[in-house]
Amino acid sequence: MDLNLDAPHSMGTTIIGVTYNGGVVLGADSRTSTGMYVANRASDKITQLTDNVYVCRSGSAADSQVVSDYVRYFLHQHTIQLGQPATVKVSANLIRMLAYNNKNMLQTGLIVGGWDKYEGGKIYGIPLGGTVVEQPFAIGGSGSSYLYGFFDQAWKENMTKEEAEQLVVKAVSLAIARDGASGGVVRTVIINSEGVTRNFYPGDKLQLWHEELEPQNSLLDILNAAGPEPMAM
Amino acid sequence: LPVWFSINADYFFLQFTIPIDNGDSVKTAEADSQRTLYPYVTGTSIVAIKYKDGVLMASDMGGSYGSTLRYKNIERMKAIGKHSLLGASGEISDFQEILRYLDELVLNDNMWDDGNSLGPKEVHNYLTRVMYNRRNKFNPLWNTLVLGGVKNGESYLGMVSMIGVSFEDNHVATGFGNHLARPILRDEWHADLSFEDGVKLLEKCMRVLLYRDRSAINKLQIAKITEEGVTVSQPYSLKTFWEFKAFNNPTAGAEGSW
Repeated sequence: MDLNLDAPHSMGTTIIGVTYNGGVVLGADSRTSTGMYVANRASDKITQLTDNVYVCRSGSAADSQVVSDYVRYFLHQHTIQLGQPATVKVSANLIRMLAYNNKNMLQTGLIVGGWDKYEGGKIYGIPLGGTVVEQPFAIGGSGSSYLYGFFDQAWKENMTKEEAEQLVVKAVSLAIARDGASGGVVRTVIINSEGVTRNFYPGDKLQLWHEELEPQNSLLDILNAAGPEPMAM
Repeated sequence: LPVWFSINADYFFLQFTIPIDNGDSVKTAEADSQRTLYPYVTGTSIVAIKYKDGVLMASDMGGSYGSTLRYKNIERMKAIGKHSLLGASGEISDFQEILRYLDELVLNDNMWDDGNSLGPKEVHNYLTRVMYNRRNKFNPLWNTLVLGGVKNGESYLGMVSMIGVSFEDNHVATGFGNHLARPILRDEWHADLSFEDGVKLLEKCMRVLLYRDRSAINKLQIAKITEEGVTVSQPYSLKTFWEFKAFNNPTAGAEGSW
């Protein structure tokens, strides 16, 4: 089967941004694929723009990286001129400017999340085309198809920080289970008035879903642990 | 905006959006990086009517992403200045850009500080020029716009499409609304509708669209423009009717059919 190693790097991806009572939680998987090959199984798709604003990247790896780099550069200058931290809204609008004006060439969907003193925790979704949508929570990437129903049922307003992070980890994990373009570890970034916390949930620390089995070191362990007839039907 | 900021934006624009011209007037998809090919996040129908005190306009709050009903809180009707209301269907990012153009237009109008303000006729004309000129460059703003307003006691209702077709009428609709709502309006619209009758008429149209347009969602707003100004209602949902006997068990008389 052709692996097509020359295909452009694409982050199939599952990305999520969720507001809670006091800030935001951003989450993502860690798989970057080149065609059918997993080019990077531990990528970091949650990228820093400023101390208080981060962006989740999906779609073309190159496009999302270059857009993030430009916006980080613009925001750095803006912060110096303004004399105080940039707001999440300004960050989102700068990304929109690049996404909209280059819509024919870019193929990246982004979720901007952060905390500022004026509006608190905010999430902005910027899909293909350059529309900006402020939302209490946002999902994106190929894996998000499997999460619309989940969030319709599981989302609620004013969650605590712990509830929000658990929701994000559960959701990314569910998407990884069904989306071939998502996989690896679950990364989360929590942003609030106190600062930023990065967390890392390796695949084997996640809950098991339907038809998934407890990982073992070897069949031999099962054979030795079990009783007299382990190989019988 | 500070000077350094616009330089950066222009620099970026120059670097990434240079039109490739090899002499052909009709460019291929690969060679032409300046042509909008297709919309991504789209809004569905807008329906609007003139009534006794001004104009009523209705839209749902959906933003579809292909066949997925992805966004359910998009406001597709916005007040423009003191006298107008703009509703849009089609690509939402292009609508957001149009709102930016109109912001600048209204700002410059206010800066004259001469007591005059842009009326709906002027705004409609501006939009027509913008849409038609983009169409001529083969790079349309992928929207159908509805512009309603009242100034000096006169009601105004007009429409502009993405190819620059522009006209005024007593009742207009975009997208599916053209096929499903306008026949209803042709039958039941009359001059000097009361507010209540106008709202009921629009709701009748929106309910049909809800039944028959796949990209419609059951969350809508109705906006009113009168001499006093513009008000957009809170989002609300319509009741729907499913209790026809024939709906209950359609294959009762012919088991195995559909």
